[in-house]
Formats: sequence, structure tokens, C-alpha cells
Amino acid sequence: MPMIEIKNVGKWYGEFQVLTDCTTQVEKGEVIVVCGPSGSGKSTLIKCVNGLEPFQQGKILVKGISVGAPATNLPKLRSQVGMVFQHFELFPHMSITENLTIGQIKVLGRNKDEATDKGLRLLDRVGLRAHAHKFPGELSGGQQQRVAIARALAMDPICMLFDEPTSALDPEMINEVLDVMVELVREGMTMMCVTHEMGFARKVANRVIFMDQGRIVEDAAKEDFFGTPRSERAQQFLSKILQH
Amino acid sequence: MGNWDWQVFCKNTIDGEVISSCFGRSGDITYLDWMLSAWGWTISVSLLGLAVALALGSLMGILRTTPNRGLVFLGNAWTELFRNIPLLVQIMLWYHVIPALIPPLKGIPSFLLVVAALGLFTSARISEQVRAGIQSLPRGQRMAALAVGFTLPQTYRYVLLPMAFRIIIPPLTSESMNIVKNSSVAFAVSISELTLFALQAQEETSRGIEIYLGVSALYFITAFAVNRVLHFIEQRVRVPGLIAAGGK
Amino acid sequence: MLNLDFAFLTPEVLSSYVLKGFLFSLQLTVLAMLGGVALGTLLALMRLSSKPWLIMPAAAYVNTMRSIPLVMVILWFFLLIPLATGRPLGAETSAMITFTLFEAAYYSEIMRAGIQSIPKGQVAAGYALGMTYGQTMREVVLPQAFRNMLPVLLTQTIILFQDTSLVYAIGAYDLLKGFEIAGKNFNRPVETYLVAAVVYFVICFSLSMLVKQLQRRIAIIR
Repeated sequence: MPMIEIKNVGKWYGEFQVLTDCTTQVEKGEVIVVCGPSGSGKSTLIKCVNGLEPFQQGKILVKGISVGAPATNLPKLRSQVGMVFQHFELFPHMSITENLTIGQIKVLGRNKDEATDKGLRLLDRVGLRAHAHKFPGELSGGQQQRVAIARALAMDPICMLFDEPTSALDPEMINEVLDVMVELVREGMTMMCVTHEMGFARKVANRVIFMDQGRIVEDAAKEDFFGTPRSERAQQFLSKILQH
Repeated sequence: MGNWDWQVFCKNTIDGEVISSCFGRSGDITYLDWMLSAWGWTISVSLLGLAVALALGSLMGILRTTPNRGLVFLGNAWTELFRNIPLLVQIMLWYHVIPALIPPLKGIPSFLLVVAALGLFTSARISEQVRAGIQSLPRGQRMAALAVGFTLPQTYRYVLLPMAFRIIIPPLTSESMNIVKNSSVAFAVSISELTLFALQAQEETSRGIEIYLGVSALYFITAFAVNRVLHFIEQRVRVPGLIAAGGK
Repeated sequence: MLNLDFAFLTPEVLSSYVLKGFLFSLQLTVLAMLGGVALGTLLALMRLSSKPWLIMPAAAYVNTMRSIPLVMVILWFFLLIPLATGRPLGAETSAMITFTLFEAAYYSEIMRAGIQSIPKGQVAAGYALGMTYGQTMREVVLPQAFRNMLPVLLTQTIILFQDTSLVYAIGAYDLLKGFEIAGKNFNRPVETYLVAAVVYFVICFSLSMLVKQLQRRIAIIR
């Protein structure tokens, strides 16, 4: 069974259609990069996968569970799908350690010691153990985003969603975050990642999805996409984005 | 609690007889007459109080934004003094204390004393808003005006105040609606406004619910009317292209 | 002109007339603040939910309370509560119920602004971890909203303290009434009202200075 299945998904904001007939799937261990111009719906699509955004048409299944079905226990599903946001969204009123443990304690029901232990080990893994007692406001953007990744990992997710994780970072901090993400790939994490970082895509992605105006225009293996993209729109996009 | 008696408004205040037209003739008054006259007092107190509050409040707000530390202190002191004493206590001061301390004022009608109390109390709040409005303008505005050669008073008059007042129309609308509500405190010194009417009429007729509903409706209508007038003014003075001035 | 004599205001006089009123005003303020903030937060959450059957009653309640003068609200409750419960009601008790319910409308506007000022991403992050609406509100949104709005909530409480003087309308024995009675008994209204004004001023001014200090310390660095 594929980890994530997206079937003919359509979404409207009032009269305006933001997603049209989107279909794709992600197998266990696969890394999918979603790219496209702004307004193409890529962030919206990824937020539909864990039900943060509702959709009116089609189906999304995460490990066989339907995201849109009324009977689905969404909080439970979300606790298994890790998400990392463009603006990090650490909880500013909690310490780093508390940020890492709150989900474990309140959602997964782990006890405090167990949660703290896991949180600190994850902090170590992303290289930020020394900052455990600090507050998010005291960390740089790159550091906050690494903590955000650790926070998602603390829930032992079956797959991870990334919504432009490096777009809000200063250039010199982008690599420290991408390095953590590359490590995750090496460990076999299933990932769906919205990003402009084509270097990252070239390195670790299995497939690249190109979206434009709410549609999936291209969905190809990495080599094919970068080598000979079929659609004109994708070619235009690549030529613009790969200048730098 | 189920029996209503809306006829109470048509009752003669002296002998309790119901008058068919609901308005009294030849010297008698109905409760409706009384209530409408009380409404008139409420409106008068509110409007005059608002005039006083706007004049003094704007002045104090402006003083607080000048470079002169003495003027700033004066503005701050005024504001702190009148906002930290409850309105009712200020009314008591004007009614009982000030005429005793300043004998020439003994003859003043209590209506004006209430206007003074209400005006000064509200002026403190308006001074806060005017100050905030002026300070929210980009610093460059003041500098640009001075660079052109304007004196400070000219800067305020031609550059700062026109924009600041547009910006603060929403909180000023709130304050104006508040002054209508606050005028109710005048009951404590026997001004024949709506709240005193409510208290007295309720006692006389024992028809509290109907009387209170009538009075509440009039307060509501008055505040709503003030809101609409200010909204109209806001639309008329809106500067095209600027969201802050007049935007919700 | 100035024939003022404050000598009669001895500590004994103050404690017998004024202290009782002061304690009532204090009690009323604290009770209305705690109850008002609790109810106000609930009302704010109702208005921010997306369910019309929660939004409309909450909005109607808040808008009604904010459209009528407080004195009228005090009179209303003083009239209606005995009718509803069938038992007579003391002015003091009526005041406590009235002020809690009245201030809740104002506190709810403050909390609503506070909750709305929390970035939507915070809510999304809470949900993404698998938290329910209740958990997200309790652990993520409300703690931040309270912290941000604390100075405004406290300023509203200072206004509430001033408003308690309006229980004059139903004859409850508050701080102002204490001074008034003392003034009548010693036939010195001028002095007592002056002292009353000074006392209120000192209390409110000091509290507002404290709130300003608090405001400086409390900002959460984002």
C-alpha cells in the first residue's frame, strides 16, 4: 500500500478553484519534491494531506486511512504525519524542550521523563542539545527550523511533510536545515517536500512534481524531470529557477 | 411576569389616567412626554460634553506630542488626573466641592456642572487617542513639514492633525458612544435625564420592565445615531488610496 | 473661601465608615475580574468558532451589554433577578452578579483581539502535532493570548474598579458611599468628597503605573 495516495483532488475557495484534479502517490521511503510558481497550489496540496486544509473533491489516503472521511480521527492521523512549516511555528511561550515534549505528552500520552529523554536525543541529532533550556525567540531561524524538525520527529511519524522549509531563512542558514533533511532521507523517511531548492531535489528526491495554477503538470522521476522535462511550463520554470 | 402594560407610557403622571393620544394637553404630561424630555436632556448633556471633551482633549493630546517637556508634562498630568478618578466622583466634586471652594460658581446650573465633569473626564480619554494618532504618523511627516519651513503650529495644523484626526475616527466614534452612556451618571445630581426618569418612573408606576425597555431603547438609538453620523463623516473625509484613514 | 477642616477624618472614623465600603469595592472588583475574564474568554471563543449557533448568542450578548449604560444594566439586574428567583435580593449581591456579567462583555472583546492576534501558523502547528481544538487552545493559543493581553486586561480592571462607584444607583455600600455617609454624619461633604477623589486617584494611578511596568517586562520575544 502506498504511504500517501492523492486521487483527483479538487479544492475551491468560494468560487475560485485552487486545486484541479490532482493525482499522485508516494511509496514508503520515497522522497517527492513539489515545485512550481507561487500560486500554483503546492502549499495548499500538501496541507490537504494532513487535513489542515479541507478539500471538496477526490480522495486522499494516508496509509489507507481516508483524510477527508468524516469518521476519520484526524488528530490521531495528524500525530502520525510530521509537518514542518515555512515559518517554523515553534511555540514561543514554551522552552525548546517543552516544544519537543508537549506533543508527546498531550497527544501520545507518554510520560514526562520518556518524552524529555526522546526530545533531548533528537535535539542532539540536529546539533542543538546545548539550547534545550532556551526559548525560540533566542534562536536563529535556521536553529528554530531544526528544532521544528526535531519536534515533528519526536512524534515518531510514518511520513513527513515539508512546506517550503527554507524559504524564510537567510541564505547562510539554508544548508544547515537541508543537511538535516538529507540525513532523514538517508534513514529512509518518506517525505513530501514543497521547496524551491533544486539542489536538494537533485540530490535526494526520487520524483519531482511540478504544479501550475492548481494542476499537477508534471510528475516524473528526478532524472527525467531535470534532464528532459516534457511540459513547456516546467521548462520555463526550470530555466528561470536554475539561473542562480 | 407575563403581563405587559405598554399603556403605562400614556399614563398621566399626576393621576395615572391613560390619555388616548399618549401626549399630554394643557399642562398635564404623560410618561411618554417625560421620557422624551429626559431624552432631550441626555442628548444635550452628551453633545455639550463631547464638544468640551473634543476641544480640551485634542489640545492636551497635541501638547503631549510637542518637543517641549513642560507642555508634555502638562498634557500628561491633565490626562492622568481626569482618567484616574471615577466619573461619578468627579461629578460629586463639581456639584458639592467646587462651588463651595469657588463661591462665584455657586449660581451655576447643575446642568453645566455635569457637562464640565463629563467633558473633562472624556477629554482625558480623547487626549490619549489624539496622542496615539499623532504618534502613529511616520516621523518623516513632521520633518518634511519643518524642512519646508513651517513653524511647529503650522506643522500641526497643515500636516499632522489632518491625518491624525482621520486615523482616530474609529476610536473617537467609540468615545462619542461612550459619552452618551456615561451621561447616565448625571442622575446622581438630579439632572432630569433618561436614567433619572427610569428610576423615578419605575418607582411611581411599578412597571419597571416597560420603562427600562423604553429607556434602554432610547440609549441604544442615540448611540447608534452617533455611530452613523461619525461613519458618514469618516466616509466624507476619507483620503483616496490610504487604508489607515477610514479603513475598518 | 477655604474653610476646610480635615481633622475629623481620624483613623477611627475612616475604619468605621470607609473601610467597610473599601472592602466591598475591592471584593466586587476582584470577583468581577475573575468571573468576567473567565466568562469573557468563553464568549470570545464562541465568537471565533465557525458555528453560527455559538457566534450569534455570544455576539448578541456582548453587543447588548456594550450598548446600554452601566447604570441601566445595574438597574435592570436589580429589577430582574428578584423576579426570576422569586426572592428579594440585596444590593451588594445584585452588584456582584451584574458586574461579573457586564464586564465579561468587555473582557471578551479584549480576549477576542488577543486570540486573533496569534498567528494562524501556531494553530496549524498544534493541529499538525495531532492536538485537538481543546488542546490547541489550552496549550498553545490561550497562554499566548493571555500573556499578550494582560496589560489591557489589567487596565480594564482599573476601569472596573472605577465603575464600581456606580452601585450608588442601588444604594450598595461601596467606597464612595462610605465617604458620603461620613461626610453627612459630620456635615463636611466638601472635605470627604475631596478625600474620596484623592483616594481613588492614588489607587488608580499607582495601579496604572504598575501595569505600564508590567507591559515592559512581559512581551514574549517572537
